[in-house]
Amino acid sequence: MAVAPRALEAAGLHRSGRLARVRELWEREEVFGYGLILPALLLIVCLVAYPFFMAIYFSLSDYWVGSPGEFVGLQNFRDIVANEIFQRTVFNSFVFTGIAVALKAVLGLWLAMLLFRTFKFKRLIRGVILLPWVIPTALSTLAWWWMFDSLYSVVNWTGIHLGLITAPGPNWLGMPGYAMTAVIAVNVWRGLPFFAIIVLAGLVSIPREYYEAAEVDGAGSWSRFRYVTLPLLKPVLAVVILFSTIFTFSDFNIVQVLTRGGPVNTTHLFATLAYQIGLSGGNLGQGAAVSLFLFPMLVAVVFIQLRYIRRE
Amino acid sequence: MVVGVRSRASRIRSELFGYANVLPYVAFALFPFYYMIITSLKKDTELYNLESVPLLIQTGAITDHYHYLFFNTEFWTWMKNSLIISVVATSVSLVIAILAGYSLARLRYRGVGSFGTAVFITYLVPPTLLFLPLSQVVVWLGISDTIWALIVTYPTFLVPFSTWLLMGYFRTIPREVEECALVDGASRMQTLYRIVLPMAIPGIVCVTLFGFTLTWNEFTYALTFISQTANKTAVVGVTADLIRGDIFYWGSLMAGAVVASLPIVVVYVWFLDYYVSGLTAGAVKG
Repeated sequence: MAVAPRALEAAGLHRSGRLARVRELWEREEVFGYGLILPALLLIVCLVAYPFFMAIYFSLSDYWVGSPGEFVGLQNFRDIVANEIFQRTVFNSFVFTGIAVALKAVLGLWLAMLLFRTFKFKRLIRGVILLPWVIPTALSTLAWWWMFDSLYSVVNWTGIHLGLITAPGPNWLGMPGYAMTAVIAVNVWRGLPFFAIIVLAGLVSIPREYYEAAEVDGAGSWSRFRYVTLPLLKPVLAVVILFSTIFTFSDFNIVQVLTRGGPVNTTHLFATLAYQIGLSGGNLGQGAAVSLFLFPMLVAVVFIQLRYIRRE
Repeated sequence: MVVGVRSRASRIRSELFGYANVLPYVAFALFPFYYMIITSLKKDTELYNLESVPLLIQTGAITDHYHYLFFNTEFWTWMKNSLIISVVATSVSLVIAILAGYSLARLRYRGVGSFGTAVFITYLVPPTLLFLPLSQVVVWLGISDTIWALIVTYPTFLVPFSTWLLMGYFRTIPREVEECALVDGASRMQTLYRIVLPMAIPGIVCVTLFGFTLTWNEFTYALTFISQTANKTAVVGVTADLIRGDIFYWGSLMAGAVVASLPIVVVYVWFLDYYVSGLTAGAVKG
């Protein structure tokens, strides 16, 4: 009985000693470092890396919603590559991404240079221009859907009254070429602010002396743009174009709300086709195979970013 | 003298040129919002009259569409869901990102470089690459078709983005300040939340704003993981559930789009400068 308190004391001492040791360990830079990164790492492993490998597994099996399928090798890939709708989707994705990113880059650069010149109401103008990028895309696309309505289109009304379109005007979302034009227009409308604001930050960081020196050397405004602005903006432009390429290529919201991939699949992108096959159709295996086609683009963008841009 | 005057005149001319060219873009950027608002206030008889001028409200503004939205749909349930999801997902992600960002920006240990790269790559992974397997993960977790499905999955894009942004802010804090605190006997954790965090408040505000905006606006996961009307978010509810059988739903649809965008607009107007600086920092420091 008399031993008990002493044993307790010893245990207590022992415990506080262990606690102190844990605390001491926690103060070590590498232990603390690993400890802090752990939650983020767990999240990435469980909810990004693991689902990614699941996507690969799905794509190699005949997995349907509610019935885990069997391994079928590359059957899903063979099926979709032979599918005309998929072939059309590949074509659409490159047309959509190519045109939209090019327009955003050129117009974004132009807009940034205009914003750079204006001094009054600077904050107001920037605020307004960034608005399309901030508002929920699905909701602003609803407004565009109504603007492109087959009967009451305000785009057509305005075009006809300005003499740009002959009445009754195109059925924007019901005709193949026009539907793609509409989808690209909405994407450019939404993505342009992102380009313009970032390029503007790049412009602001160019030292004024460079322009003054160029002017002293007799450079006109085109030469100043060509030999001062453009080369110095190159890193910023490269980053924005890469960012925009991956997120335009994988776009879902605009097409899903505006056209659902129609008319006759002429606006389907990988994401909307994967949604249609995998969720609406329930064929998760094939849907996963379609969405995995986004992966090579991701790899290319990450590679360029890491190899050429983050060299510091 | 003459040179000075001429350059001033040419500067004014160049500025005017700038405004003249910016104006059409401002109109282009704002028009869909303007059209959204006037549509939500028009009478149906005017909306669906081919003779009327669509750019104006000619026969008087009405609030019927808002009345329908507020009292005949589950709109407020969707707004409440969006609010809960945004606040919880953003707060959880913020804590995880502060810890990870500090670790990656400041501490030296084996593998810190590759962890940084991993976070950067995750930042670039588009949500549409993983939505099919994630839809099964939430089924296995037993949270499919509940708001938890979104609270759990939104950190997958919030944490990498927030970590990346915060790393930039932590790097701007001088190392000496932290070293002083450590020498004075503060523990590492105390140094982080008493010394480093107060100095990184602009970054934390920025991350919170972007987190709130990204989660409120999210569409792909919210559409995919939830099918019950009562558990939908505002963006998906308005987009998917307000379309009735007939075609004459545009008034209430646009009313829904206006009100569901409003929280974002209010926050945005209030914190405009943070949005601009966060956008530039997030992309350019990459």
